[in-house]
Amino acid sequence: MTGALPIAAGDGYVAAAYLIFLFLVLSYLAIMAVKLGRIEREVVEIADAVDRRADAAEAVSQRTKEPVA
Amino acid sequence: MFFYAPTDADQGVIQKIFYVHVPMAIVALCGFVAGAVCAVMHLRTRDRRWDMRSYVAIHLSIVLAVGVLLTGSIWARASWGHWWVWDEPMLVVFLIVFLLYATYQPLRFSIEDPEKQSRYASVFAITAGAFVPLCFGAVRMAQNLTHPQAGTMTTSGPGSVTVTFLVSLTGMALLFVTLCKYEMASKNATMKLRSLRRRLAGDDDFGAATGARSAAPQL
Repeated sequence: MTGALPIAAGDGYVAAAYLIFLFLVLSYLAIMAVKLGRIEREVVEIADAVDRRADAAEAVSQRTKEPVA
Repeated sequence: MFFYAPTDADQGVIQKIFYVHVPMAIVALCGFVAGAVCAVMHLRTRDRRWDMRSYVAIHLSIVLAVGVLLTGSIWARASWGHWWVWDEPMLVVFLIVFLLYATYQPLRFSIEDPEKQSRYASVFAITAGAFVPLCFGAVRMAQNLTHPQAGTMTTSGPGSVTVTFLVSLTGMALLFVTLCKYEMASKNATMKLRSLRRRLAGDDDFGAATGARSAAPQL
């Protein structure tokens, strides 16, 4: 391995290599954060659906308890 | 690594790429082998969690392999004056391994039946995982390498080079394990949500809009 470029010119290459590593890690974390946001939205959606079902079930039980005239 | 490790007499500051490029390569290759080990466990136990672990290890290793190829090209350009050298066995073998694993996700995606998908993916992971040490063992035994060897670069220099390298390698391994756990937690949460959706779908049309097909394992 012989130096094809002067040492001073190598700074940019070193910075580029480390920035690529940083970019990869940050991109991965960003994609995971988006997925986590989607999971959170789905949890809220499912919780709402469960609440709606519980309310509906309660309304039905109230109706059956009411005395028939 | 910029303040503690000494500047290389031959390559100068360019040698600092070594502390990110080599740990990334070692961890990526170990990740491929770990994926194969998890695949063996999956085929032995039929437990889908092992398939998930194998998938996540290979997925992350592919991301690291992209980094290895890019940082390696930058180092080659700075040291040899070329972005890529086709007559260098280490580079070509790494590219072949990367391209081999690049077919892993399309393979999974092409199989609809989850049982078949996980079984075929495990067979692929084991075969490819066995290919990794064989290839790199053969390359290391080859003569006239231009590509520097991690062992000679750390043992021929001062102790601080070895220490810096070992710290970088440990950091990279810990990052890999942390990201694996992060992705595993995310996948498990997605699977549990999907299961809840299916249970709710029994009574109303809530589960009608299920997610798109995925190459990720299904528990």
